[in-house]
Amino acid sequence: MALLEVRGLQAQYGWTKVLHGIDFDVQEGGITTILGANGAGKTTTLRAVCGMVRTSGDIRFAGNRIAGRSTEDVVRLGIAHAPEGRGTFVNLTVEENLRLGAYVRGGGADVTRDLERVYGYFPVLAQRKKQTGGTLSGGEQQMLAVARALMLRPRLLLLDEPSLGLAPLVVREIFRIVQTINREERVSVLLVEQNASVALGLANHAYLMETGRVVTSGPAAELRQNDAIRRAYLGY
Amino acid sequence: MEIFFQQVVSGLATGGIYGSVALALVMIYQATDVVNYAQGEMAMFSTYLAWTLLNAGVPYWWAFFGTLVISFVGGVLLERIVIRPVENKPILTIVIVCIGLLVILNSVAGWIYSYIQKPFPSPFPPKPIILGTVVFGTHDLGAIGVTLVVLAFLYAFFRFTTLGLAMRAAAQNPMSSRLCGIRVGWMLAIGWGLAAMVGAVAGMMVAPIVFLDPNMMAGILIYAFASATLGGFTSPGGAVLGGLIVGVIENLVGTYVHFIGTELKLTVALALILIVLVFKPSGLFGRAAVHRV
Amino acid sequence: MMARARIVGLVAVLVVALALPFFLSNFRLFQFTQVGVYAIALLGLNMLTGYNGQISLGHGAFYALGAYTTAIMIDRWSVPYPLTIVAAGVLCLVAGFLFGIPALRLEGLYLALATFALALAIPQILKYFEHWTGGSQGIVLSKPNAPWGLKLSPDQWLYVFTLAVLVVLFVLARNLLAGRTGRAVVAIRDNPIAAQAMGVNTALYKSLTFGVSAAYTGVAGALSAIVIAFVAPDAFNVFLSITFLTGIVIGGLASISGAIFGALFIQFVPNWAQDISKAAPWAIYGIFLIGFMYVMPFGIAGALRRLAARAARRGTVARA
Repeated sequence: MALLEVRGLQAQYGWTKVLHGIDFDVQEGGITTILGANGAGKTTTLRAVCGMVRTSGDIRFAGNRIAGRSTEDVVRLGIAHAPEGRGTFVNLTVEENLRLGAYVRGGGADVTRDLERVYGYFPVLAQRKKQTGGTLSGGEQQMLAVARALMLRPRLLLLDEPSLGLAPLVVREIFRIVQTINREERVSVLLVEQNASVALGLANHAYLMETGRVVTSGPAAELRQNDAIRRAYLGY
Repeated sequence: MEIFFQQVVSGLATGGIYGSVALALVMIYQATDVVNYAQGEMAMFSTYLAWTLLNAGVPYWWAFFGTLVISFVGGVLLERIVIRPVENKPILTIVIVCIGLLVILNSVAGWIYSYIQKPFPSPFPPKPIILGTVVFGTHDLGAIGVTLVVLAFLYAFFRFTTLGLAMRAAAQNPMSSRLCGIRVGWMLAIGWGLAAMVGAVAGMMVAPIVFLDPNMMAGILIYAFASATLGGFTSPGGAVLGGLIVGVIENLVGTYVHFIGTELKLTVALALILIVLVFKPSGLFGRAAVHRV
Repeated sequence: MMARARIVGLVAVLVVALALPFFLSNFRLFQFTQVGVYAIALLGLNMLTGYNGQISLGHGAFYALGAYTTAIMIDRWSVPYPLTIVAAGVLCLVAGFLFGIPALRLEGLYLALATFALALAIPQILKYFEHWTGGSQGIVLSKPNAPWGLKLSPDQWLYVFTLAVLVVLFVLARNLLAGRTGRAVVAIRDNPIAAQAMGVNTALYKSLTFGVSAAYTGVAGALSAIVIAFVAPDAFNVFLSITFLTGIVIGGLASISGAIFGALFIQFVPNWAQDISKAAPWAIYGIFLIGFMYVMPFGIAGALRRLAARAARRGTVARA
């Protein structure tokens, strides 16, 4: 049984249907990536898992049905989401942002220890801990988004286009940290990305979406080597 | 000179009351982008509840804190039951609901308690405090004190508690808050509860001065708008400071400028609003709204 | 071109409206005349707030300006009342435009506050300029008789007259709002920066909209002075402006028919509320307000629009 199992997922914004029945899995301990061009429905897929859009279909997390549950409830089950646009609390300090990530865990020494751990992964955040979120650069805000998601101690981490708008060096750094987190903390990752080459370098398994449907899937290594797919969908 | 100090202190007292109501307005505005036009009537209703308790023989401070608790619960219930159905609707729709609430509270208060003015006791001793040659009303000083205590409590709550942090987060960025597992709807409800509590304090402090009647808070609400405008609708501290300034200006203008009778005092508040809006719409301490293109 | 069904509907409404004077009592007719007056005022406010997105809590001021212009002109200089209505409209057009200029700097909440302050000040200003306005006592006028020897009572004539003015103004509004002007006005509401980037002179349009909106409300005020035959400062307090706002939200923002629904609401629901409860009529009114907003958050016109859209969609699905 996969950690996250999605079957026949449809989603719509108002009267516009964006997902037309997709299936995918995220294995426990693995990194799965969903690739596709702009408008393929990748962000909507993450939003659907978190209960942020109207959906129909089946979504199971660790065997439990989560389709139709509110975002707050899904988060409390152990799914953390670093959303599109970072979702930084721009008027709160970095440390306050991080503490909010651990909101559902109550307070206490546990949370403080996790803060230290997260500062260990992202030293730049430690340097800026008293600064307000809005004053951070794009890359730093992305790190903050990932760090805040980690504060939940999630079983599953959803990352929405973390490379968007960031310099290649910064992107590499963030992905290296995600890999470390996946290995050392056993956090499963569902990564949505437009930058296919970086994503395929990180993931075990990949899905390719186009206008709301999954068109191909397979082990990441395979997709990387399949010339036709690479040229047609991934642009390189 | 003595008159000057007396009027300033008196102005600070009423200003603290205006500032408290302004604070309640700003708290809800920051979380919902809606100005709660029913804030004044909620405060008035709370004060009547206090009056009912006092009339039943409950000692003052028991009645005071009892009213705070009831007002908090009432505010939470109002938000969850009355406002929630229109939470995501256009702002003007929510405004009309607030106006409906205003009208209902005012009418029900008049129906239950009648429109005859009632006296409301002050918890502070009637003997004035004399410093040198200046005479200060104890109620005025007491009201300032109570206002300060309430503000300190709120400040500490929002700054140092996790719940306070979660509420600030929910007000600023509901979506990200949900992603942290924060139940945004309940944060709003607690916000309303706190605002109702602050309003109740303001009502109980002002009732001894202006006497209790269903229309007691109407004028004060307008001064509260002036205070929040002056201080900035995005700044809770600014709203309170704005209130203090408005209170003092109102008293000094009333005392020293002779053609301003009580009728035109209101116009002074309005003129203040307009002047601030013309020169600095976001108020003295507010943040100018940044529009991302 | 409008759909056949809509034209038939409008004609039917017009026929009913014209028939009313012949079987309603004078008092009821007076109420419906008042509905017509409110409808014009609400259309004015709706142009500004619904279509253009500028919130005004002070339109009672323009209503008062129109009413007093008419009252003073008739009382002091015996100007024929139709001319006073034109004068009121022009005066309010200018006043609205001038007010619209500083209003350009204010958005949303702040504009609402500024107009709210204006509305609050009106009764006091009216009482202050006693020499012109007659102070608290106000000005008394007399109801005009039907012209050209028509066999209509003053109430019947005023009803027909108001209806005629209403039809003219509504047609004018529809033409304004349906064309390029209307699109510019709405574009400014929805995305002012984009509108500006596309060459719309936002400042000019916003001020003009304020002016036209004020003119409509001013004309309504002028009509009300003639219909009620009396003006006094306390009738133009802040509740009037709040009532107007209530009317357009209940009737439906950005909707011409909404003005009529809203006018019917603000004229009749307070009376019904009083019938239901003598002790706390405003509480009942408040319950009506809240109830309407729960059931029809986009106003009556909005609810009708959604019903029509849903019917249309079902129609297309069935055909496909």
